[in-house]
Amino acid sequence: MQFDQLLQFIISGITSGSIYALIALGFTLIYNSTQVINLAQGEFVVYGGLIAVSLYAGAGLPLFAAVLLSIIIVTLIGVVFERLAIRPLINHSIMTLIIVTVGASILFKNIAMIIWGRDPLTIPAFSGDDPIMFFGASIIPQSIWVFGITMVTVVLLQLFYKKTITGKAMKACSINQTAAKLMGINSSSIVLLSFALSAAFGAIAGVLIAPISMVSYSMGGFLGLKGFAGAVLGGLGNPIGAVVGGILLGILESLSIGFIASGYKDAVAFLILLLVLFLRPSGILGARIKEKV
Amino acid sequence: MKKWIALMLVLSLAIFAIGCQKATKQQTTDTTGDTKEPYKIGAVVSATGPAGPLGEPEKKTLEMIVEQINKDGGVDGHQIELFIEDDESNPTNATTAVSKLIDEKGVIAIIGGTTTPSTLAMKPETAKVKVPHIAMAAGIKVTEAPNEWIFRTAQSDAIAVQKVIDYLSKTLKVKKFAILHDSNAFGQSGATELQGRAPGAGMEVVGVESYKTEDTDLTAQLTKIKGSGAEVVVVWGTNPSPAIAAKNMKQLNMTIPFVGSHGIANKSFITLAGTAADGVVFPAAKILVPASAAGEQKDAIDKFIADYTAKYAEGPNSFAGHAYDAIHILVQALEKAGSDNEALRDAIQETQGFNGISGIFNYGADDHDGLKTSDMIMVEIKDGKWTEKK
Repeated sequence: MQFDQLLQFIISGITSGSIYALIALGFTLIYNSTQVINLAQGEFVVYGGLIAVSLYAGAGLPLFAAVLLSIIIVTLIGVVFERLAIRPLINHSIMTLIIVTVGASILFKNIAMIIWGRDPLTIPAFSGDDPIMFFGASIIPQSIWVFGITMVTVVLLQLFYKKTITGKAMKACSINQTAAKLMGINSSSIVLLSFALSAAFGAIAGVLIAPISMVSYSMGGFLGLKGFAGAVLGGLGNPIGAVVGGILLGILESLSIGFIASGYKDAVAFLILLLVLFLRPSGILGARIKEKV
Repeated sequence: MKKWIALMLVLSLAIFAIGCQKATKQQTTDTTGDTKEPYKIGAVVSATGPAGPLGEPEKKTLEMIVEQINKDGGVDGHQIELFIEDDESNPTNATTAVSKLIDEKGVIAIIGGTTTPSTLAMKPETAKVKVPHIAMAAGIKVTEAPNEWIFRTAQSDAIAVQKVIDYLSKTLKVKKFAILHDSNAFGQSGATELQGRAPGAGMEVVGVESYKTEDTDLTAQLTKIKGSGAEVVVVWGTNPSPAIAAKNMKQLNMTIPFVGSHGIANKSFITLAGTAADGVVFPAAKILVPASAAGEQKDAIDKFIADYTAKYAEGPNSFAGHAYDAIHILVQALEKAGSDNEALRDAIQETQGFNGISGIFNYGADDHDGLKTSDMIMVEIKDGKWTEKK
């Protein structure tokens, strides 16, 4: 194995891993505020990509305007989804809510198929396709966008948690919802906010991935699964963990192609995920405190 | 309680009797009518679902051709009654659809399915009741024995693989190549065939990498191929992954030729891969570059493109061509042999020199594919357009 090859595997891994990280963040936010695993998370990614395609190629907006508007529209979809599907059932069991998200994902998928059809669609890369050489490995500018925006998103999210009242309230809710409510925090609006942010993160992943891998109506389930695996690997509930887990999963996949065989890529990645969970059930950066019984 | 059961029994018997009566009535009007009884033909296509872009043009073509034939007086005075079922790209639905067409509608022949899994699900059903069956799917297993009742109009994957092998060894004259394939049935069987046929043509397969249909990035697989010393990479899969591979190769500065499968013989590959599609070569039917055909076959292709475009305001693809060939071969056999199942099967088997869209068909007792490698061409993408690569 030559050095430039190894570097190329790591770069490939970081690119796909950053996408998993953004999806994992979405899982984490909703999990923190409601304990629900939102299985429609991958659909936000698909809608982000597809709406951007329509705005850019269909409505003729400039690329960045199309991308921004698409993220805003998907955020609103997240809000409507929370109000119509989650809010009325918020006092039901977690399992009921998870099943609601399964139903929603099927609905989203079918609507997308009717609106955009079955063929994959794409938008141009944000700043061209000419690769940049880096110690013998090549990087496309879009990969830098993917990694950069993921990092900026995480930093902003951390600042939001630490510096703003709403952010602190959100964190409080994730630690102990009842206590937070007693302190006068409106947990209903926190849940709404977490869905909005999750949808936005999904949409960001969608617009970033559209130029690299194209988007089609059916890819939400697969991406959601990868993101969820990333979130679990890093420690469900910890935003930094989600990012670390997502990127690690991407690198693991890519290295298993390089060192083992491409056919075993997913098997190897998930085997490592299982191992980590055996040794550290709460994930790499998961909370160390065990639940007291 | 007993009373109830008795009542139900009487009722159901009564309904059954009425049903029988209706059926007999239907038959009498048919035989006393002036025109001959119509020939009922069934078709199972994947008009929706993932294979929709393949199945929908097939459906449109079947409808168009049957309409043309009926307008011209039908087959020996028999009108054709066409029943099309959509299996939604699901093999289980295809099985149900075949039973429905044969048992309820009483069709005398079956056309379909669109995909190999659907066709393989239909194959035992038509064989069981001995109904002639013309498939439009490319998987090698479709016409493998037992194949007494099944024929096909799509070029078998084996022909496409051989075409690629010939191109690599005779035109490009390479010694080493690598394979990047989808891990689904289509990609897997293509990769196995390529590996099996390479040594015979004096070539070595130096790398075999796979990916999943949903994978978003193939740079890792390609990096491995880049380091393997391959002179060509053969990509065996359907959209969008080969388009991602083409883009990724450009990104990795890989300059070795990209040879695709017939799975990218569609415009959407060019749209998705953009400028990275330039220079890509793949095997395909002659309908992609109509100028590559000659004589009567060219006339048939030109007329089909003109008719289809006039009716549907879009050009037909090669899958539409499979449907054109299937219905025409069936109709020719019906003209010759009538509707008796064994006579019809034999007549299909005796098809010789039929100028179809996918090639010139010559079926025989041990050849239910009917096509040769010369019926396919290698197509190169140049400036977003298809040209024949000689």
